Amino acid sequence: MTEVFQEISPADFFYRNRDLAGFTNPSRAIYTTLRELVENSLDACEVSGITPDIYVRMSYAMEPVEGPGVYNVRIEDNGLGLPEEVIPSAFGQILFGSKYKLRQTRGTFGLGGKMAILYGQITTHTAVKVISSVKRGKIYEYHLMMDIQKNRPVVLKRKVHKNKNRWHGTILEFSTEADYTHAMSKILDYFKQTATVAPYANLTFVDPRGRLYRYDRATTVMSKPPQETTCHPHGVDVETLKRLIEQTKSKNILDFMKKHFQRVGNTTAKKFLEYAGLNPKKTPKKLSTDEIVQLASAMKSFDQFLPPDASCLSPLGETLLKTGIQKEFNPEFIEVYQRKPAAYSGFPFIIEVGLACGGGIPNTGKPILYRFANKIPLLFDEASDVSYKVVNDQVDWRHYKVYPDTPLAVFVHLCSTKIPYKTVGKEFIADRPEVEREILNAIREVARRLSIFLSKKASHEKQKKRLDVFSKYLPKIALFSAKLAHRKKEPNVGPLLKSVLTYETETEEGSSEGEEGKGSR
Amino acid sequence: MKQKQKKEVVKEKKEKVLGSLTDLGTRMYDQINRRQFPWIKMPSRSTNNILYDDKTRQYILGDKNVKRSSRNIRHLRPLTQLVWTASFADELTRQRKTSTLRDVFYSAQAYEMDFVDQPESDNIITDLETVVGFPREDFNIFPEERSAIFGNLTIQYTIPGYEGKKLNLASHPDGMMIGPALTNAEFVDCKANKIIAIEKGALFTRFVEERVHDRFKAILIQTAGQAPRGTRAFIRRLSQELKLPVVIFTDGDPWGMHIAMVIIGGSANAAHLRDLNTPDAKWAGVWATDIVDYKLPSSKLTDLDVKRLYELQKDPRYHGKLWKREIETFLKIRKKAEQEAFSRYGLTYIVDEYLPAKLEAAEDL
Repeated sequence: MTEVFQEISPADFFYRNRDLAGFTNPSRAIYTTLRELVENSLDACEVSGITPDIYVRMSYAMEPVEGPGVYNVRIEDNGLGLPEEVIPSAFGQILFGSKYKLRQTRGTFGLGGKMAILYGQITTHTAVKVISSVKRGKIYEYHLMMDIQKNRPVVLKRKVHKNKNRWHGTILEFSTEADYTHAMSKILDYFKQTATVAPYANLTFVDPRGRLYRYDRATTVMSKPPQETTCHPHGVDVETLKRLIEQTKSKNILDFMKKHFQRVGNTTAKKFLEYAGLNPKKTPKKLSTDEIVQLASAMKSFDQFLPPDASCLSPLGETLLKTGIQKEFNPEFIEVYQRKPAAYSGFPFIIEVGLACGGGIPNTGKPILYRFANKIPLLFDEASDVSYKVVNDQVDWRHYKVYPDTPLAVFVHLCSTKIPYKTVGKEFIADRPEVEREILNAIREVARRLSIFLSKKASHEKQKKRLDVFSKYLPKIALFSAKLAHRKKEPNVGPLLKSVLTYETETEEGSSEGEEGKGSR
Repeated sequence: MKQKQKKEVVKEKKEKVLGSLTDLGTRMYDQINRRQFPWIKMPSRSTNNILYDDKTRQYILGDKNVKRSSRNIRHLRPLTQLVWTASFADELTRQRKTSTLRDVFYSAQAYEMDFVDQPESDNIITDLETVVGFPREDFNIFPEERSAIFGNLTIQYTIPGYEGKKLNLASHPDGMMIGPALTNAEFVDCKANKIIAIEKGALFTRFVEERVHDRFKAILIQTAGQAPRGTRAFIRRLSQELKLPVVIFTDGDPWGMHIAMVIIGGSANAAHLRDLNTPDAKWAGVWATDIVDYKLPSSKLTDLDVKRLYELQKDPRYHGKLWKREIETFLKIRKKAEQEAFSRYGLTYIVDEYLPAKLEAAEDL
């Protein structure tokens, strides 16, 4: 018997391995579908600084069902829209997209949205309807299916509409198998948390039962869009290096280093090449494979590169994070903090945290953790996440006057050009020591501020309690002493009550003669 | 004439008590008017301020004082409770009504005085005793437990509804309860020449049956275990006003011994009070030496008994010759006997033989 070797297309590969991408079952699939589509839409808006208006509607394709069934999904955004010529490929060809660059975006490969459509196609055998327009052009409507084996879009129908109102954006509509009943709570959590980290977006969701969920924007200020950057030498492997060498127009390695890597200047480049044992004048294209491997490993071990440039990151910023938490949770106390950029393995990252206490935060007996990575809420596998470890094992909350009955929520946002997910499912973050340390330090900072707030609050409460006690008992002493003294008029305790608030707890702690062991024997 | 003088004693005391309560109220009233947080000062009842006084032969409080100030939030509640209790006591005394410790606990609830439990309210009453210097019985608050008296003594009531009415305390064979009506009564006529206090009810009944009150001209008092303070004060009054010697019979064990001692030397618990003890009273038995001498049926001392004996040995009240000897004997023979043990020699043996011998012995103590 001989093995049959066969090439499969990327679409075929993902079709066969859909579990990896989060399409394990109808309930998880619909959650992933909505999530990927919403994220694509948000990215489409944010990249060009448009405040997002996103509308998502789910409806029963036939009659209402409980549990798994066929649903129609429609999502509309006001993003930049797609040029006509790329529409078929953008939605009908896997590994085609705009996200293969080094900058922070929600998705990495532009894969999730297409997987969602692919999953719809394979479960319902129906086409996807795409309507899109860039501001100035016409509105194009495509009905597409994907040829899975060839990884090619098949256009079933194409229409062109006039665009009088200069509409821009994208609308997608398709059928898919889903289990809304079981996915509902996660989907609603997803919208709420997305609204938290995108407080400048209007999100609308109409669920199959016709219920409308609206998450209105609380600001029109958006975080600064990420800049594209070159690679940091620490984050480069042999394959990347080979490709760069193929493309480069540099005549020598010194120039190559300066041009294709971030934060590498003349001095650093020279020092590095000396360290790597390579002649700076050598032409990159003439490097042997051994030399390329040598170069790549030197890049990893050389410790004098400057830390990665964080301008390719787009953190939310303290103001936006605070706005988001305020609008979605309305707590009594919020404190947010953004750490300075740090790096792991050559990838820059920034940790932002928020702490919310009281008000709309429920008391669950321990801190509630909300995790975000590149503005995506992470809803599954919480206990495996590095933040969970930090919040539950490393922070001594008592130290910050937080007790199990304190209603507390911790928001952790990690942004990076490469999120260190532990698995392809992209649901939890690995415990990289660098990331872990940044999270811990960030939480400690906001926790310190929280503890100041809590002690102030406690002291106010104590004051109030104190006055309550005095207001309760002093009038009684007045009443009964008047009775005992046989006076008709009670003495006025008003001045005493007034003075209760002005002097502090001095007498309470240790009045030497006031104490008494209740003389029992 | 003599009677009238005695009546004055009871009446004068009432006035003193009421005056003391009014003073307390006035002090605090004036403090508030002077814009001071009302406060009181009283002797400390903590153990390090309880001393044995050789002169009065009882425990007394030393000169350490505590200040309860309403300025201190932790004192506020007990101080309020104290004023309320004082006002409650004042009303009781003026209206000549009596009340029990438990009553006080419940009455407080009507005034939102929120005593957590009865021990708390009992403790406040003790505070009040300390502040005004009179036992609670003087402001008509009594404990639940009662003891009894039997003997040829005629008393005259002073309580409302019974004023002037007389009663001979030998008129009911079960004895008369020692309650507020009796402790507030005047003594009119006494045919007895001694007082015998007995720990156990059974023996008290035996004594009444065997006409001990006639044969030995005795007033019999049943303490029913540890004598309540009212009874202790009453024994003292009987002994002082009628000039009668007091002998005490208890079980032959450390606990019985201590019942006698509390009547004689007072308790540390009541160190803030005077006139509750009868220093000249004698403990006549059952002694440890009696167990040996009379070959009484006995049981072994328990660990607890032995521990108690060692405690008593350290107690300054037990430094007398008799007490030292008896404690040592108990520790030596490791035995104890109840008063009923004499029944071994017949029911009347205790009255016919033991009692006369002991009364005689008591005179020499």
